Amino acid sequence: MARAVTTRRKVITTAAAWAVGLLIFFPIYWTILTSFKTEAQAINDPPLFFNFDWTLENYTLVQQRSDYMRFLWNSVIIAGGSTLLGIIVAVPAAWSMAFVPSKRTKDILLWMLSTKMLPAVGVLYPISLLFVQFNLLDTRFGLIIVLMLINLPIIVWMLYTYFKEIPVDILEAARMDGAGLKEEILYVLTPMAVPGIASTILLNFILAWNEAFWTLNLTAANAGPLTAFIASYSSPEGLFFAKLSAASTMAIAPILILGWFSQKQLVRGLTFGAVK
Amino acid sequence: MHLKNALCAGTALALVSATAAYAENLVIATVNNGDMIRMQGYTDDFTAKTGHTVEWVTLEENVLRQRVTTDITTKGGAFDIMTIGMYETPIWGANGWLVPLDDLSAEYDVDDILPAMRSGLSHDGTLYAAPFYGESSMVMYRTDLMEAAGLEMPDAPTWQFIREAAAAMDDPANDINGICLRGKAGWGEGGAFITVTANSFGARWFDEDWNAQFDQPEWKEALEFYVSLMNDYGPEGYATNGFNENLSLFQQGKCGMWIDATVAASFVTNPNDSTVADSVGFALAPNAEGVDKRSNWLWAWALAVPAGTQKADAAKEFIEWATSKEYIELVAENEGWANVPPGARTSLYETPEYQEVAFAQKTLDSINAANPQDPTVKPVPYVGIQFVAIPEFAGIATEVSQEFSAVYAGQQSIDEALEKAQAITNDAMEAAGYR
Repeated sequence: MARAVTTRRKVITTAAAWAVGLLIFFPIYWTILTSFKTEAQAINDPPLFFNFDWTLENYTLVQQRSDYMRFLWNSVIIAGGSTLLGIIVAVPAAWSMAFVPSKRTKDILLWMLSTKMLPAVGVLYPISLLFVQFNLLDTRFGLIIVLMLINLPIIVWMLYTYFKEIPVDILEAARMDGAGLKEEILYVLTPMAVPGIASTILLNFILAWNEAFWTLNLTAANAGPLTAFIASYSSPEGLFFAKLSAASTMAIAPILILGWFSQKQLVRGLTFGAVK
Repeated sequence: MHLKNALCAGTALALVSATAAYAENLVIATVNNGDMIRMQGYTDDFTAKTGHTVEWVTLEENVLRQRVTTDITTKGGAFDIMTIGMYETPIWGANGWLVPLDDLSAEYDVDDILPAMRSGLSHDGTLYAAPFYGESSMVMYRTDLMEAAGLEMPDAPTWQFIREAAAAMDDPANDINGICLRGKAGWGEGGAFITVTANSFGARWFDEDWNAQFDQPEWKEALEFYVSLMNDYGPEGYATNGFNENLSLFQQGKCGMWIDATVAASFVTNPNDSTVADSVGFALAPNAEGVDKRSNWLWAWALAVPAGTQKADAAKEFIEWATSKEYIELVAENEGWANVPPGARTSLYETPEYQEVAFAQKTLDSINAANPQDPTVKPVPYVGIQFVAIPEFAGIATEVSQEFSAVYAGQQSIDEALEKAQAITNDAMEAAGYR
């Protein structure tokens, strides 16, 4: 029996949801607002909400100083490439773990996740030396590989969870109809797991887009993505908040728009399997 | 005729290939500060003079430090020129990681570099990085508030006078703090400030045998003075204030005094950003009465050539251009003398136009009053004023400054913090094999 929901309860829940939503959105809102202030207005005490002269000066300065399109393109290639490569590797891995599990599958899954607990800086030198050895420093290809490996445990885990939701009987029926492994994965499993795969792709694209340790430490003049673009506007000596906010707004805008349009899939994907 | 054409074509081809081989593309890692960003705008002048092109990688100071350190230690070769500071230069020079700058041209006039800067960027008398801009620290104060308080700032004040002036200018009702100082954790933030303050009370980080000295009375005296001064007349939450937070407070007229980097002088006197631009005075950083060392530091952002680069000659050409007298004149001509990179060359301070800049003389006096080879009253085994030029220092000092910041935030006592600092430092030095 469904519980009766009173109007009062509805109002309270809605207000609470709005309050939490606004709280989470506030830093982004403040960044966008600050990007339209002068440096002096940006640090004004008390903070200025609307009563200031809006200016586009910071955007002009940032465009003059940095080649935004180059950083953006690098971000798209690196985030897109690492996500695609990750999916190609993770789909067969998740398939075997979900449908032909061995005695150690659970241990392997946990071990994979445990690699995420190692602080990135702990392997900075080994990875840097490998990059030097294989001439991968400051290349997009090198970053695609590294980001793919970093996000792989999450991709495998997410896909594993989605695949577990699919009744194994359907796959067996396909096998009885003569489907081989390739057909089973490509024509039966994948179409059924599309929402899960889509949200995995989206989430990993966002993770790769925002990754700011390896993308800063393994790049120089060529392969730097938007994280390197933002990092060039912070300064310990001198006022920079307005320019930094403009750079941040330009960096998060594409992913914000992408997230906005695909939030339905994203939410569905993230809550998939949470309620049965 | 054919032969003549062939010869002409051959000569042209040879010339083109010679030029192509000579013209290099330099990748430069640099820090995001006003002077460096300005230099990026003048890169065309360098390209026009030499044919070499330049690509900039601009990073925030801490990110830059980590990035270039990784690159030089793994021989990554991602950069042809690195912007490094006075802390790294002698250490990296000693390790053979940098190309010595011992063959700069006669026109460059290496002897014109301010002696304090040259000495801080050398190892065993060899220059390893050329200063692009240098700074010390000094007192910046509100002349109007000082006058209203009936006091006169001496050229070289003592800490006791600073306390007296802070008390006189402190006006909580009008949101004015007597004094604003750094308290933020981090070796280059609050750590640097408390180290120079301790120097001016006669303290030191290590004795001649690399034993930590936090158990000595001078450190306690310095910390007690700082904490009491800031608790009485400093802004609320000073434990998390660094350069930028204090700059913001001072520019908004909320500080009577601020003791910090000389480079701040151009910010607080800039009417576009500062509400108190026309009422700022300058004085040397203070010392405790009877102590022969002032609390001013010495720092330079300098350009160095990593030993792994294949383009050392072109890189040196760039360094000569960027740190030359001609570059200073180029900036002065286009943007005025107040905007030239300060603190690197003696000749700048002999230029009549520059002498008219309000803070020029005090900046020079502050730089000259700093000697990284002899930073403390008692003898020490290290070089450096606000830092100790050993690789382990950044890690140790960051931890120690976190303990001090916890005192400023009221989370522990001075005695507890000093005891922890002593243990942290001695343990780290023992592990590193100094003791």
